[in-house]
Amino acid sequence: MYKVDKEYKDLLKQTAKKMHLPVQKLAEKKNPEFRGDYQKKCDKIVDLETAVINCGLKDGMTVSFHHHFRNGDKVVNYVMNKLAQMGFKNLHLAASSLTDVHAPLIDHIKNGVITQISTSGLRGELADSISHGLMENPVIFRSHGGRAAAIANDELHIDVAFLGASSCDYMGNANGYSRTSEEKSICGSLGYAMVDAEYADKVIILTDNIVPYPNAPFAICERDVDYVVEIASVGDSSKISSGAIRDTKNPHDLLLAQTAAKVVANSPYFKEGFSMQTGSGGASLAATQYIGEYMKEAGITARFALGGITSHMVKLHEEGLIKRLLDVQSFDMIAAQSLKNNRFHQQISGNEYANPFEPGSAMNLLDVVILSALEVDVNFNVNVLTGSDGIIRGAIGGHPDTAKGAAMSIIVCPLLRGRIPCVVDKVTTLITPGETVDVIVTDRGVAVNPARKDLLECLQDAKIRLRTIEDLRDEAYSIIGEADPLPFGDKVVGVVTSPEGAVLDIIKNIVE
Amino acid sequence: MGRLRRTMMFVPGNNPSMMQDAYIYGADSIMLDLEDSVTLAEKDAARRLVYHALKEINYGNTEMVVRINPLNTPFGVKDVEAVVKAGVNVIRMPKTETADEVREVEEEIEKVEREIGVPVGKTLIMAALESALGVINAYSIATSSKRMMGIALGAEDYCANLKTNRSKDGAELLLARQTIVVAARAAGIDALDTVFSDMNDMETFRKDVEFIKKLGFDGKSIINPRQISIVHETFAPSQKEIDKARLILNAIKDAEKRGSGVVSLNGKMVDKPVVIRAQRCIDTAIASGLITREELYV
Repeated sequence: MYKVDKEYKDLLKQTAKKMHLPVQKLAEKKNPEFRGDYQKKCDKIVDLETAVINCGLKDGMTVSFHHHFRNGDKVVNYVMNKLAQMGFKNLHLAASSLTDVHAPLIDHIKNGVITQISTSGLRGELADSISHGLMENPVIFRSHGGRAAAIANDELHIDVAFLGASSCDYMGNANGYSRTSEEKSICGSLGYAMVDAEYADKVIILTDNIVPYPNAPFAICERDVDYVVEIASVGDSSKISSGAIRDTKNPHDLLLAQTAAKVVANSPYFKEGFSMQTGSGGASLAATQYIGEYMKEAGITARFALGGITSHMVKLHEEGLIKRLLDVQSFDMIAAQSLKNNRFHQQISGNEYANPFEPGSAMNLLDVVILSALEVDVNFNVNVLTGSDGIIRGAIGGHPDTAKGAAMSIIVCPLLRGRIPCVVDKVTTLITPGETVDVIVTDRGVAVNPARKDLLECLQDAKIRLRTIEDLRDEAYSIIGEADPLPFGDKVVGVVTSPEGAVLDIIKNIVE
Repeated sequence: MGRLRRTMMFVPGNNPSMMQDAYIYGADSIMLDLEDSVTLAEKDAARRLVYHALKEINYGNTEMVVRINPLNTPFGVKDVEAVVKAGVNVIRMPKTETADEVREVEEEIEKVEREIGVPVGKTLIMAALESALGVINAYSIATSSKRMMGIALGAEDYCANLKTNRSKDGAELLLARQTIVVAARAAGIDALDTVFSDMNDMETFRKDVEFIKKLGFDGKSIINPRQISIVHETFAPSQKEIDKARLILNAIKDAEKRGSGVVSLNGKMVDKPVVIRAQRCIDTAIASGLITREELYV
């Protein structure tokens, strides 16, 4: 012990007082325990019910989830069942997206457990029911960038975030994979969940794989985590590439992909150090491999690929054609494994990806983005949310964010899907405004936004079949005819917001 | 020039969405099928669909072919009537074995052509040889009608008839393939090869295409749009061939300017077969997008 005489002690006290600082008390007894045992005692691991109670969840509060397991997600249904059992009502469910697998939420809506939903998308039975007027309050649809911004600005205040993770240590360091042990389920990037973890009042990590401290590298830091809950399974990894993410052998998609790649290769952006992103949908995903062929031929490399990272991008990265991968969401298992194994494959949060109020968002540093569409119209507006029957069947994703952020946005879309024209007079729901859309690639020709005369000139020399958008619409209508008006009712079931948070469009209910 | 027929894509005549989109992939010919891909119960419906597809859908410059049912079935005559009325370019006869069968179909076509008042002879015929007898009669079938534009091998039925199976290297088809090429050339019409149906084995498909090109075929029947680019790539001339052909065609132009009938290049006279090959090479190069007509004479 550090012994001093009284005079010295008085001087120390006076000095502390003068500087408005306390005097250090004697140190507590040191813990000599082996830290491997100690960490298990001071952990944050509790059961779900305890975690919920300790977080102070109350009726009317907002709970949030991520969708990195896509159609293999097991967390949303598990947690909502528990909250229903515990008797909660009137909750606001704010998920980064919802898919087919979330049909059980219908019952929770009917029982008043959930009275408000915010999401990027809805699919399957849940989407169908909501389109038919299941909920009193309209669903708020936000893009991925828009959601990150709304959370950061506290427009979307999250009381408790329930975040599934493929690995987590006793202290709450969590990730979408594990370099410590084999994961039971891997989802790769936790990009969208990182925003929730940073801003939610309380954060509960749910995992099926507790690993020893420290779970390095981690996506979510223990400082942001209040509790860790171990459950049997957080998700089915084999289903992360389902839904909107599918690899295609469909000749239609491949034709669109080839044409999109040709547009990229003949654009002024196709030069050493460019950057690219492909959205979900067979054709846009497949475009990567054809762009890779053009890159090899031209002897150029890309500085980075962004966004939903796919196996095609990983392949180009491993071949040295794409130098860095910035991954907000891993679109398939190979991408998830690559995040684990490739040192220049970096996960980024939704904020770093596409927050419209951050000038340094990666989307603003993007040259080329290839996106798909359900419908485009003669003003180049795009709909990716509602089908030709007016029913919600998609997700906004990063569509409007990256279309605006990228130097050149390319939309791939067949002219016809069976009996449905995809180039129309006016889109059913406005998601991405035509002002941000530069090129529309269809299977019967390519239309360049007249505002982009520079692109038009480049592509004219490239043996690409260029047509006006009106010409494409006329061909679609000449084959199929104009559709009857949709049977919309008077109830607003969805509100589409712009990335900046303003109301862009509304979705009305469908009556049959 | 004669029409390029590198690829003839089979499209089932009972599938509206495939018929609607068939032309976008760039096959030289599209063959709407009323025969084997349509069940008995759907024969009438498919005939109507094909009729309306031909009438309503803009297939651009693609050659439109319809495979009809044989005349000895209850459907053949009706098929001919419908598709000629719809303005089809070519009627494909399945399982053709004799020249007489061709003449019977020709009679039916002529009847309809006269009835609707289009020039007699407008509708072309091609015959698929799918049996030993058909292959033996290749030349007489090839020369049976002025409408005859080509003969094709139908390998599945042919192999069954031969009591063998199809193999990867196609040894069992060699005689039939060569017989068809020789008969077609002797008759001055096109020779078209059979389908390759394993869509998961694109490597063997490519070898198959290279092989039939070497034998002298004009093109191949295909069953999936994904096969088109491989056939077109294989049939595309090399840059060296294009350069040589351009020199020859430029020499012809020079000779025409001089009013001379003799074409010479580098002091040597150019023979007619060389001219024909050069013309064909350039036509294929243009169709393959390797050169434009404007770029030809520079």
